[in-house]
Amino acid sequence: MSHQPDLLYTEEEEALRSAVRDLLADHCDAATVQTRAESDEPHDRALWKNLAESMGLAGLLVPEERGGQGATHREAAVVLEELGRAVAPVPYLTSAVVATEALLACEGEEAATLLAALASGRTVGALAVPLSDRAPRDEWGVRADAAALTGAVTGVADAAAADVFLVPTADGLFAVDAGAPGVTVTPQTSLDRTRPLAAVAFDGAAGRLLAPTAAPAVRRALRAGAGLLVSEQLGLSEWLLTETVRYTRERNQFNRPVGSFQALKHRLAQLWLETVNLKAAARGAADALAAGSEDADIAVAVAQAYAAPVAVHAAEEALQLHGGIGMTWEHPIHLYLKRAKADSIALGTAGRHREELAELVELWAP
Amino acid sequence: MSADAAELRALTQEFLAAHPPASTPREEFLRARFDAGLAWVHYPQGLGGLDAPRSLQAVVDAELTAAGAPDNDPRRNGIGLGMAAPTILRYGTEEQKKRFLKPLWTGEEVWCQLFSEPGAGSDLAALGTRAVLDGGTWTVDGQKVWTSGAHNARFAILIARTEPDVPKHKGITYFVCDMTDPGVDVRPLRQITGEAEFNEVFLTGVKIPDAHRLGEIGDGWKVAQTTLNNERVAIGGARIPREGGLIGLAAKTWRERPELRTQDLHQRLVKLWVEAEVARLTGERTRQQLVAGQPGPEGAGMKLGFARLNQEISGLEVELLGEEGLLYDDWTLRRPELVDFEGREAGYRYLRAKGNSIEGGTSEILLNIVAERVLGLPPEPRTDKDVAWKDLSR
Repeated sequence: MSHQPDLLYTEEEEALRSAVRDLLADHCDAATVQTRAESDEPHDRALWKNLAESMGLAGLLVPEERGGQGATHREAAVVLEELGRAVAPVPYLTSAVVATEALLACEGEEAATLLAALASGRTVGALAVPLSDRAPRDEWGVRADAAALTGAVTGVADAAAADVFLVPTADGLFAVDAGAPGVTVTPQTSLDRTRPLAAVAFDGAAGRLLAPTAAPAVRRALRAGAGLLVSEQLGLSEWLLTETVRYTRERNQFNRPVGSFQALKHRLAQLWLETVNLKAAARGAADALAAGSEDADIAVAVAQAYAAPVAVHAAEEALQLHGGIGMTWEHPIHLYLKRAKADSIALGTAGRHREELAELVELWAP
Repeated sequence: MSADAAELRALTQEFLAAHPPASTPREEFLRARFDAGLAWVHYPQGLGGLDAPRSLQAVVDAELTAAGAPDNDPRRNGIGLGMAAPTILRYGTEEQKKRFLKPLWTGEEVWCQLFSEPGAGSDLAALGTRAVLDGGTWTVDGQKVWTSGAHNARFAILIARTEPDVPKHKGITYFVCDMTDPGVDVRPLRQITGEAEFNEVFLTGVKIPDAHRLGEIGDGWKVAQTTLNNERVAIGGARIPREGGLIGLAAKTWRERPELRTQDLHQRLVKLWVEAEVARLTGERTRQQLVAGQPGPEGAGMKLGFARLNQEISGLEVELLGEEGLLYDDWTLRRPELVDFEGREAGYRYLRAKGNSIEGGTSEILLNIVAERVLGLPPEPRTDKDVAWKDLSR
């Protein structure tokens, strides 16, 4: 193994965590997220402005000389842990990670301008592929005639908040402004309303060429997205465990706190073990991406294969151990369950990542 | 490298120059290493250490390994090094430390642990082995079980009941027991694997001088906590490479025997490979936390995770072998000094791994410990708390 990962958090990373957590505590409590999810405007633009513009977090992955903060995937992972803990309805993963990584793979003036715009946070970008995609496709849903794009993509995450789409086609990767003539964004009713999906249709829309072949940029974007999604799943899991422990300590039945029953204690202890493992996996993936390690493909596949079942398990256990209240609309657990379940499909299911891993480590299928 | 590390490296090199491994007899080398304070650098001077940070032992070990120095075969005396030594260091008198630590470290005296009893496993504090003081000597009667290495051991750490009239945790005292005492009878306990790693130990009128008591009379439970905490630290503390341990054996068979592959086995193997890799990362993270001086509770989970993984992986391996999985390598009664997973075949690994969730604390008890001490969940109701040991039902 070429790279020995640093699996801890630095003091700077912990300071970043505190700052993000404080901001979210003030502006992104569960009730606010609930209300917003039910509105016509599911994204919290004020929160995004705070995170992206005031705190400069949208540019973490972008080098300073290209208009960003010059940080790494390790810091972006910490931000995603906190956003996951709050199920924050902001396009961080989609714009500051996935779209940004796609642009980092492109050369030229057009990409540089757009990259700086995304890094500033004033422009929100979305890669126009379905959220469930794990790897570049053989065929894209959009074709380019000269620079006029035609076609449609469904299941694009955070498309409703995007100012610009990065559109892969057989003739290269194009940038298309969301407000340009011939672009239609139709919201879809999503399982996870905190990361809403939309169908994006292009009808002769004007595109600006970013790269002559789309696949390398898409591959890089989806790998970084999958690797850092693990940190969001960690944040979700930690919140679910903490809240469920708190609840079972306080809730009395049979004249005892329900958390004193061994059947429940063992389930919570088991969840703690899974969460501790998830933290190591998440740090492993973030560190490998940050280091540009040869090990990054394996680290990401391992972490994604492990993370999705854990986050879903955490949400399902939290719901059950909260009893009836866990099943209600008023309690925030459902927001976490919906996000965790959607995350288990986003950027490739655990099964897809296991298939990929099997190839990488030469455990050949029969 | 820090100044301390550089100093220690220089010290080790000086030591190696004075005691060339190639020409120094093994025991002489090990004794000299102890005297030089390079045995366990975090121990006090004069007791094999230099009062240095524990993390610097790695610097010394790296130098010694590079020079081809003999080690003290730590696996052979795991209980002595991992459990008896830290307990003696914390609770022993100066005389006891001087008498016991050096031959323990060099491996000249192997130790075993006389804790578990037929009627007291997970509920260890319920133990009934009696120790009665007369003049300056204790007389011990009772039976212990699951004693690994008792047939090779020179000394044992022993807990026994000294006050039956107080609640069970209070009337226990901690001793060093001489295994050559004529009242000590060690009998092999054959296991499901066919071999006998463990023993039953019958104690009949065993004499222990009061000078071999560790800690105060009646304080044995507290002393035993030091031993038990160190037991759990010792498990899973080493750095292992990717595909280290049982998953590597299963993966090797998978790669070398394409004719055995099925879809179902592939799904399960890759899933376990992921879990083993994540467990390895958690171990590495725990180690990094210790080195950085931020010990976390993660270590408590390591044993639980490895027990389950070892069992699942070894079970899969037997199935993977198909027709060969129906065979067993050797049912001969053996007395191994070590648990050697890799030196035996899949069937042995499958059977032996069943013990991983029992030995050193059952998984159920460890889950309780995680729930109560890490998560802060309320304890189980205790009906034996204020009842004298002699009045408990058994």
